[in-house]
Amino acid sequence: MQPQSSPAPAMSTVRVVRNLVVLLVALAFVAAACGSDDEEASNVATSECGTDSSFDEATEPVTDLSVAIVAPSASQDLAFTQSMVDAVAALGIEPQITDGTFQVEAAAEAIRGYADSGVDVVIAHGTQFGGSLAEIAPDFPETSFVWGTSSETQGLDNVFAYTPAADQGGYVMGTVAAAISESGTIGMVGPIDAGDAALYVDGFVAGAESAGANVNVSFTGSFGDVPLATEAATAHVGAGADVLTGTAQHVVGAINVASANDIPWFGTQANQESLAPELVVASQVYHWEVVLADIFDQVEAGTLGGEVYELTLENNGLVIEFNGCYELAEDVKNGALETIDGIIDGSISTGA
Amino acid sequence: MSDFFTLSVLVATFASGVRLATPYLLAGLGETVGQRSGVLNLGVDGVMLLSAFGAYWTSLETGSLLLGVGAGLLVGLVMGVVYGIITVIFQAEQGISGIGIYLFGLGFSDLLFEEMVGTPTPIKSLPKYSIPGLSRLPILGEALFEHNLMTYAAFLLVPLVALLLMKTTFGMNVRAVGENPEAADSLGVSVGLTRFAAIMVGNGMAGLAGAALTLGLGIFQPNLTQGLGFIAVALVYFGAWRARGVMLGALLYGIVAAVVLQLKARELIPLEASDLAAMAPAVLTIVALVVVAGRIEAPAALTNPFSRH
Amino acid sequence: MIRRALGAVVPVGAALVAFLFGAIMIVALGANPIDGLVAMLDGAFGTRERLATTAVRATPLLLVGVGICVAFRAKVINIGGEGQIVIGALASTAVALAVPGTPKVLLLPMVIVAGMVGGGFWGAIPGALKAYASVNEILSTIMLNLVAVQVMNYLLRGPMIDPLEVEGSRIPQTERLTDNAALPTLLSGTRLHLGVVIGITAAVAAYVLLWRTPLGFRLRAVGHNPNAARASGISVERSIVTAMAISGSLSGLAGVVLVFGSESLRMVTDGSAAGFTSAAGFNGIVAALFGALHPLWTIPSAFLFGGLLTGANNLQRVLQIPSPLAVALNGIVVVFVVSSGRVRTWIEQRIRQPVDDRGASAPVAGGGG
Repeated sequence: MQPQSSPAPAMSTVRVVRNLVVLLVALAFVAAACGSDDEEASNVATSECGTDSSFDEATEPVTDLSVAIVAPSASQDLAFTQSMVDAVAALGIEPQITDGTFQVEAAAEAIRGYADSGVDVVIAHGTQFGGSLAEIAPDFPETSFVWGTSSETQGLDNVFAYTPAADQGGYVMGTVAAAISESGTIGMVGPIDAGDAALYVDGFVAGAESAGANVNVSFTGSFGDVPLATEAATAHVGAGADVLTGTAQHVVGAINVASANDIPWFGTQANQESLAPELVVASQVYHWEVVLADIFDQVEAGTLGGEVYELTLENNGLVIEFNGCYELAEDVKNGALETIDGIIDGSISTGA
Repeated sequence: MSDFFTLSVLVATFASGVRLATPYLLAGLGETVGQRSGVLNLGVDGVMLLSAFGAYWTSLETGSLLLGVGAGLLVGLVMGVVYGIITVIFQAEQGISGIGIYLFGLGFSDLLFEEMVGTPTPIKSLPKYSIPGLSRLPILGEALFEHNLMTYAAFLLVPLVALLLMKTTFGMNVRAVGENPEAADSLGVSVGLTRFAAIMVGNGMAGLAGAALTLGLGIFQPNLTQGLGFIAVALVYFGAWRARGVMLGALLYGIVAAVVLQLKARELIPLEASDLAAMAPAVLTIVALVVVAGRIEAPAALTNPFSRH
Repeated sequence: MIRRALGAVVPVGAALVAFLFGAIMIVALGANPIDGLVAMLDGAFGTRERLATTAVRATPLLLVGVGICVAFRAKVINIGGEGQIVIGALASTAVALAVPGTPKVLLLPMVIVAGMVGGGFWGAIPGALKAYASVNEILSTIMLNLVAVQVMNYLLRGPMIDPLEVEGSRIPQTERLTDNAALPTLLSGTRLHLGVVIGITAAVAAYVLLWRTPLGFRLRAVGHNPNAARASGISVERSIVTAMAISGSLSGLAGVVLVFGSESLRMVTDGSAAGFTSAAGFNGIVAALFGALHPLWTIPSAFLFGGLLTGANNLQRVLQIPSPLAVALNGIVVVFVVSSGRVRTWIEQRIRQPVDDRGASAPVAGGGG
């Protein structure tokens, strides 16, 4: 009576095989739809209501360089990692990806492994990978490493660094949020008070306050705790918030609260329209491709690093993507455009 | 602070705590049944993740919440068969096999999600259902009687599990094999079958907990539970292997978390201290147990595999 | 003889069956399982550098696992490794931040001691709660893991944050710590550092402690039969606290190795414990049980699980197999191996039934509770 195997993994396997078909079909659709933006670059965009704006038609790759991405969360997290994966795809490049590796040692292994296997450009998409990069980059002088978010290259001449000025888009959206809030109270659900989440929060609060609204900020203490983010958003609504925003992967829960209460939502990092098609007013999207295109040009010309790029509204790396399905008053939108101009020309300070 | 101590806020906080408590309660009740039979399942979190994915995917594909709940239950039961085979037939060490189940559930649910769904896509969440009459009650009405059906089910299961354990033959057998399997065996109770059945009940409820979590939220993402199942196991110890105790533990944990969130939403907790406030549910759970600690012993045969010599 | 051979063959066979399931999953994901196996073995053991990396990844598992062995001998289940690693790392990092100018010969022992004291303290709390307040250690360690994470988040974005980050990207991390506290590399061109030696030393020390010292005797006596131990004059309460403190201090040491053996040489949080520990607090338990809860057997066991981590990393890189597969596979390996003890006794019974009926002993991985 010795069972040869336990049934669960076997059953699961059957499930996998069966669903692989579903998956392949889905992938085919995605592959067909994936591509880049051939509109002229701009720091503002408005999606056409009723269309899926996240996938545009494919273009020829901008470069023959081989590219690998090492990133901390899942490739389709609708947030930090996805912003980079989408950006590389937008340039028509198919990268090799190691995702879900927040832990620095595991990421370092992957970075070293890609460099060792001859990849031309290794994108280390996480500030926390910097220390390892300082050890790895000198070992591979022929490889270009692209690292962020960081505002320094650590003096390494084969490392490019990038950082988003997340406070800029936060400020713009804060002013818009204040304009559409009737109660004058806005709820913000954040993870922990650090990183680009903190920059976004600071910018958003400054923008909203400049327009006379108050932002209640709650940090849940976690990036992934969806139930907590959901209840945090519910608490904001109970405290009178009639506009919500938030950062990090766990906001998917908060967005559902916005949906349930018919409350406008502002997103950041990636376009979050798909989560609440009627209620996402705008998303601040990181368009790393602006930076990457320039970096790839440099690498092809033989310069492997040494420069720091900042995503800003000015260089169109930060794009305020308005949702065409949300009817935003024309004067409010124009006000946002003016705020953008003000931030670019320096007449408005985001306070961060 | 005066902002906080208004009736409506307190009621909203309590209702929020009840919602947060629901998955802990369902999983904790199931774990209670399993542990009473002498089987520790540290893999609850993994079972919840798998069943949450099953429930989410089914609802996403079919649009039916009921089928989603059914799928969650089914996945839980399948994992119950697996865990029964591991711990009853193969008599594996329970702590470690639970961790194995957890790792499997964590990885496999993530893998399935990435391959079959990819991007977190909202689904219709479980609707709130006001209980006619009772929901009109002042204060209590909103706090207790305006929830989704899974929340009602969880609280309804508290007396049912207590009755099952204390008043039925099956329950007596479960307690007997958990306390003294040799004696139970000599009285003709099948230790293996009883434990297997208790494991099925426990895992089935963990499956419901996973379904309640994902369908209550209307979303799934990798590692949705964030260790929730481990806390549910801890609450079984808090509740001293009694359904009512587990309920009190789950409510304490959920309500403290809800209070912290309400205070934060009203800017009554300085941002600098937000992490310190976030540890409040865990700290208070320990403190509460120290203060009220009765010397209630665990089921004597907990984690001991049984084989007839 | 047969018995000893079976003890090795059966778990290995179980692991092979588990990998067969892994292979099926790899096929389902559209890759060639042979390529997958090659990629895993190559990634884990293929080159000198990779062997060294595997040893480095194994060290936290080894240290936590050895701590599990010690606690288990006193019949305490320590699932608080995650929190103890975090607190140990924070304590040692605080020392390195406070006195960075201290010469290496002094600073390195100081951070090690600080980490052990920090982890030991975090382990002693549930020990004391169990001994003196009857709070079950599973409850308290799970809760204390949650508390430790928030302590880490608070310190790394507040008091211990890199001053450059306050005005910059606000990443919750310390500044790069002084090289005076870095664990020296032992083999140039590889990642092999002193932490690996520390891990092996700790395993040997735990063995000596448990079986060659009066303290070890007391711990084992309490684990074997607390009432008899008490009757012979041993303080059961103190022994439980001691066992948990030792177990915690070894996890704390794992935290030291994670910080001061890392290439980044700083501590950073993603808001979760696993982001810093890679779940070593749990995987260490698995390594210990795979090593039959014996400190010395935990050494090769941890090395194998370290290989699973590095091998899976390569698997994802080479074949683009999603990383969650490795986590799932890890779980399947654990389940199969831990279930194999019974198979072994069945086989033994079949072989020896006429002669000896004692075959139905405890499973290979050791009985619980």
